[in-house]
Amino acid sequence: MSEDVLSFEEAMERFDPVLGFEVHVELNTNTKMFDAAPNTFGDEPNTNITPVSLGLPGVLPVVNGKAVESAIKLGLALNCSIAEKCHFARKNYFYPDTPKNFQTSQYDEPIAFDGQLELELEDGTPFTIEIERAHMEEDAGKLTHVGGATGRIQGAAYSLVDYNRSGVPLIEIVTKPIVGAGSRAPELARVYVAAIREIVKNLGISDARMERGNVRCDANVSLMPKGTTEFGTRSETKNVNSLRAVERAVRFEIQRHAAVLSAGEKIVQETRHWHEDTRSTTSGRPKSDADDYRYFPEPDLVPVVTTEAWIEELRAQLPEPPAQRRKRLKAEWGYSDEEFRDVVNAGVMDEIEQTIATGASPAVARKWWMGEIARLAKQAEVEIVDLPVTPAHVVEVNALIDEGKINDKLAKKVIGFVVEGEGSPSEIVEARGLAVVSDDGALTAAVDDAMAQMPDVVEKIKGGKVQAVGALIGPVMKATRGQADAGRVRQIILEKLGVQG
Amino acid sequence: MSAINREQVAHLAELAHIEMTEEELARVAGELDLIVSSVASVSQAAGPDVPATSHPLPLQNVFREDVVGETLTQEEALSNAPDSQDGKFRVPAILDGE
Repeated sequence: MSEDVLSFEEAMERFDPVLGFEVHVELNTNTKMFDAAPNTFGDEPNTNITPVSLGLPGVLPVVNGKAVESAIKLGLALNCSIAEKCHFARKNYFYPDTPKNFQTSQYDEPIAFDGQLELELEDGTPFTIEIERAHMEEDAGKLTHVGGATGRIQGAAYSLVDYNRSGVPLIEIVTKPIVGAGSRAPELARVYVAAIREIVKNLGISDARMERGNVRCDANVSLMPKGTTEFGTRSETKNVNSLRAVERAVRFEIQRHAAVLSAGEKIVQETRHWHEDTRSTTSGRPKSDADDYRYFPEPDLVPVVTTEAWIEELRAQLPEPPAQRRKRLKAEWGYSDEEFRDVVNAGVMDEIEQTIATGASPAVARKWWMGEIARLAKQAEVEIVDLPVTPAHVVEVNALIDEGKINDKLAKKVIGFVVEGEGSPSEIVEARGLAVVSDDGALTAAVDDAMAQMPDVVEKIKGGKVQAVGALIGPVMKATRGQADAGRVRQIILEKLGVQG
Repeated sequence: MSAINREQVAHLAELAHIEMTEEELARVAGELDLIVSSVASVSQAAGPDVPATSHPLPLQNVFREDVVGETLTQEEALSNAPDSQDGKFRVPAILDGE
């Protein structure tokens, strides 16, 4: 078994990659797909369980209507056709993660099919992904392997099973083969999964937290020698559970395939497991008889039949698609490509939108979120949205500046104290006595001191060098610990010296 | 021609993780063949205009409200488990020793 890799550049010189993705999305319904057990993450093992979740003899499943509506919404968001009539099917396999020895899924009649998704690569290059189908199914239980190395199944003495996840509603989205991505294939993989995550989050049908497995990607990769059009043998890499991992896994598999093919060997059609620690894949089981799932229609469930009225009702509930929304907001805010991309990458588009909606200008919103708040997040090594600063705080800080109560320098301090949980900006300004000193009495005294210490500067200003006034403002700011209103200080100095500003 | 032969039964037995002797394979192949051929006679009665039936009831769109119902306790959930540990079902090693 060759585990060598070719350099990515060399692989790209010789081959064209073909990709395919199966993305599983866990829905955030209150209950499971076929029974009334709670769909919640992280509870005590085997407590979100009904007899149906355990596949006990004689139990009957009943379809969660909300999950069906979520599936239709997702189908519409992916520009799919919605099946007029579809069935559930049993996918038979024997493995401890399913207690009933089959997964209830859909086979030849998915609820949604023939869609497409327009993507934009990082530099704005458009790419269309064709969607083969999106079908409804249920998640499996969670296995913990004990006694082997680092929790792996290989060498484990035994395994433990928690069926809390068993029966959680899933939608599996399958793409058609994706050709033509070339060296952008790894990036495209990440952008595609990010787009799916964004869409399901925007639809409100999934919590879309990849670290919890709400969105999981299986990535299929194969290579064709340059100039040929016949697809090569593919591998399917599982366990790719972050956007970065998706990109890296596709890149690694391209390099691995290229090495195997360049050595004149054949790719084994198999499942590969992604390992984040080594940033490589290892062989799982070969595709074989074990994939003989013997699908047949689920006799315990009746068909799902959609009507145009129902579909249109659901379509009317769809929020603005994320890509369209981005375009609209960028135009409304008047940000440059680069400014907008930074905002999106920093994950604060929603925050800025709310800040503007609450009354700040786009420039002010960007200045604070991408400036001091971003700096504080970086310093604390967290995401900006994880800081306890809200759009309302930013608007309040800005209002305090506009009213002349604080200056920019103080505003930064105030935001720092908001992050530390000291309360609202106004409360902080009050409690810490941070308001700028615009009391002329205090300022005049400080100005007199400064002028007395720097008679040469005073002479310069008198002589018409108005810009020298800065040399006096500095000491005044120092004397008032930065709380002086610089504009007012300048005014007082010029008035005292009888000079026009 | 038989609908079900010995090799198919052996394959199914492997998929289902059931150990069967040669004698059992031969006997079950015969039994299943008879069952499948009998059921197949249905396709002689139904013409191509009759859609496949997966259940006998003329129902569609039977949905449940998305409301949490009664659940089992962990103790109840594990009460039929041959083995358990830490509130979880304990199952033998999944992969054969390699």
